[in-house]
Amino acid sequence: MSALATLRPRALRAARGIKPLRTTLPAVRYLQTDADKSEPIGELPSSSSEPFQVRLHADSFHSYRCDTPSTEVDITKDELIGMYQKMVQMRRMEQAADALYKQKLIRGFCHLAIGQEAVAVGMESAIDHEDRVITSYRCHTLAVMRGGTIKGVIAELMGRVDGMSFGKGGSMHIFTPSFFGGNGIVGAQVPVGAGIALAQKYLKKKTVTFAMYGDGASNQGQVFEAFNMAKLWNLPCVFTCENNKYGMGTSAERSSQNTSFFTRGDQIPGIQVNAMDILAVRKACEFAKEWTTSGKGPLVMELVTYRYGGHSMSDPGTTYRTREEVQQMRSEKDPIAGLKRYILDWGVTDEASLKAIDKAAKEEVDLAVEDAKKSAHPDVKEFWTDIYYKGTEPPFMRGREKEEVHFYNK
Amino acid sequence: MFLHAKTPLSWRTQIRLLKRSIHGASIDEPSLARHSRPARIAPNPPAETSGADEPSLGQSDILLGTSEQALATPGIRFADGHGLRGPTGRGRQTRRMNLYQAIRDALGTALSSNPKAVVFGEDVSFGGVFRCSMGLTEEFGKKRVFNTPLTEQGIAGFGIGYASVGGCAIGEIQFGDYIFPAFDQLVNEAAKKRYGSGGSYPLAGGSLTIRAPIGSVGHGGLYHSQSPEGFFLGAAGLHVVIPRSPIQAKGLLLAAVRDPNPILVFEPKILYRAAIEEVPVDDYTLPIGQIDIVREGSDLTICSYGTPLYTCMRAINLLQDPPPSLLPFLPERLRPPNPAPSIQLVDIRTINPLPIPAIVEQVKKTGRMVLVHEAGKSGGVGNNVAGEVGRRAFEYLEAPIGLVSGWDTPVPLMYEKFYQPDVIRVFDKLVETLSY
Repeated sequence: MSALATLRPRALRAARGIKPLRTTLPAVRYLQTDADKSEPIGELPSSSSEPFQVRLHADSFHSYRCDTPSTEVDITKDELIGMYQKMVQMRRMEQAADALYKQKLIRGFCHLAIGQEAVAVGMESAIDHEDRVITSYRCHTLAVMRGGTIKGVIAELMGRVDGMSFGKGGSMHIFTPSFFGGNGIVGAQVPVGAGIALAQKYLKKKTVTFAMYGDGASNQGQVFEAFNMAKLWNLPCVFTCENNKYGMGTSAERSSQNTSFFTRGDQIPGIQVNAMDILAVRKACEFAKEWTTSGKGPLVMELVTYRYGGHSMSDPGTTYRTREEVQQMRSEKDPIAGLKRYILDWGVTDEASLKAIDKAAKEEVDLAVEDAKKSAHPDVKEFWTDIYYKGTEPPFMRGREKEEVHFYNK
Repeated sequence: MFLHAKTPLSWRTQIRLLKRSIHGASIDEPSLARHSRPARIAPNPPAETSGADEPSLGQSDILLGTSEQALATPGIRFADGHGLRGPTGRGRQTRRMNLYQAIRDALGTALSSNPKAVVFGEDVSFGGVFRCSMGLTEEFGKKRVFNTPLTEQGIAGFGIGYASVGGCAIGEIQFGDYIFPAFDQLVNEAAKKRYGSGGSYPLAGGSLTIRAPIGSVGHGGLYHSQSPEGFFLGAAGLHVVIPRSPIQAKGLLLAAVRDPNPILVFEPKILYRAAIEEVPVDDYTLPIGQIDIVREGSDLTICSYGTPLYTCMRAINLLQDPPPSLLPFLPERLRPPNPAPSIQLVDIRTINPLPIPAIVEQVKKTGRMVLVHEAGKSGGVGNNVAGEVGRRAFEYLEAPIGLVSGWDTPVPLMYEKFYQPDVIRVFDKLVETLSY
């Protein structure tokens, strides 16, 4: 697994006389990226809503300038099953988007998060709807988690009025009241996220903003501008680097002098998380929320994950990595398979009920796709709306020809 | 209604307005347009000019299909200093290439002719998303053809630095739409470096070329179909070049790479595969800053660049031989058996600085002008050219300068084809301008 072999902090890799500031990581230990290495502590309770403790693998976290999160996670059986259900739904939804794209029902740009489900679902299980999330163009799953619907996402991708942006945004631009959207420009959302966190601090809310970006976007200058502002003002912002190992077609090692993205914040502490194990993601997000809302300022959180597909629909995803690498991740480290193993091995429920969940997820997504297909394309008059805030438009907007000039009636 | 306007108008203006309302020609002020006559041509193009019957870009007369035509390209200059017979005296070779192959050919030529030349950008060492750098890494090595992080601001800044110390930097911004993070570097650093350093930088031999694909393809939407050239109009010091075909692309790109000024080369992305020509295989350049007359004519001058040139050519052809369904929309004078109007088509090629004197000269020759581009009207090239031509050739103009452009909206995902100037809109504007 050469692609994952370089996850140790650079500070430790190169002993160039620069002493790592404070890290809990012994020099040779790697972050482990298996999805199924957690074990319950003691017997599971009989009640499905009674919490029990799970111990994560000891190398699920690394940290920089702070202590690592505890490896003990509180969870209930219901929550485990709920997570499983959501992850399966999200994968089905992304697969449906893939198929619709290939049928040319989705046009334009489409970035799928197949393989990265534990990020969106795990994060959602640790935060609430007062918290804020903003992310890059790979946003479908988060949009659903943050209060959207599968039909709303699929219809948006297809450019239909039932879409969450009424068919005017497309794949990369989906929003909910607690989710500030996908953003098409690499890295541009990170300073925006810092601004959202500033608002939270200013309004004295005990809430947090997760400003998400990829390993590719980590090299955008404005990400560092955002880091600086957030630390300067101690904003409750978790800079969440979703490290799926490849920024488009260039691996992190080929694009970044420091691939330990959790150490990129300089004065900002950071944690690195095995984001193939959904329980580690949940624990890390709880830790991050606690850290930021207790007035300690921002945190950089690197979620180490993997995308099975290409960067976008036009990228087969096999020119810059081997098929074997993808196959190995799919077969050995899949987050859904990992959670499934927990559920079955710990006796949370039986295989038949998981099959029923799988089947229901497929049906739900199929139905959403059918509903979305029935939805109309936006009316042509929508061309003129939302360019300016309603009621503040100029008297008219010019179309192509004089007959197409649109007059706003105030 | 014009004669009842409250503001007193001169008799000359009144007569002109009256004439205009008789002819039904459109005026640009929307407040007046609201009350004007209904469209002479329905907004929906007639069936026979749309859909399956439309000739594809690749069949356009603009593209040069033979070696003879290719080698006769105006302004072509071969780097070996020999003429069309070449150093051997046995003539020059051409090869069929599409636009991305011509770019690849130019990049290869630039790298092999200058050891200080480097090619970099997002994913370029895998060939780039549009395959413009296919195989360059294998041929010239990883040190000269390399991937950058996803850092547009960094790519521009990095290129500027490399050029400053005498290197030949050829950067790629993956889509013209992503050039905005680099805007500061390009406008504030690249364009002003020489002026600010009193001519000290870039050092001799230094040159910066940034390539980026622009224009719509039918389904790119907000962030993959824009035409940002207009934003660079005010950047004194920066050149912006837009080629229309493979021959032009190779010649202009090589000229840009060897030019000491920072140059942006915007490549119309829909042409990458669609446009195929016989391209001279030798190292040659085409002049930057000069217009190219694609088609001669005496009644009207169309000025355009990039993809819309193909649309203009089709509109011209429609006017030469109008199909029966369009005949009712043509005034008597423009209909057979009267001779078809003679339309001139000019490729502006260089957007910044605009070759205004050359354009004015062409307009003076014909007296009428229509500008066509894909970018929106406001802040675009069209109004800049129209303003200058209006000032300098006022007495020569027989009609208001026509402008067909994209809308002043974001490039819409679902209706992108309606954003692009189409053949009927150009045709209509030609008729309107010719019958004014």
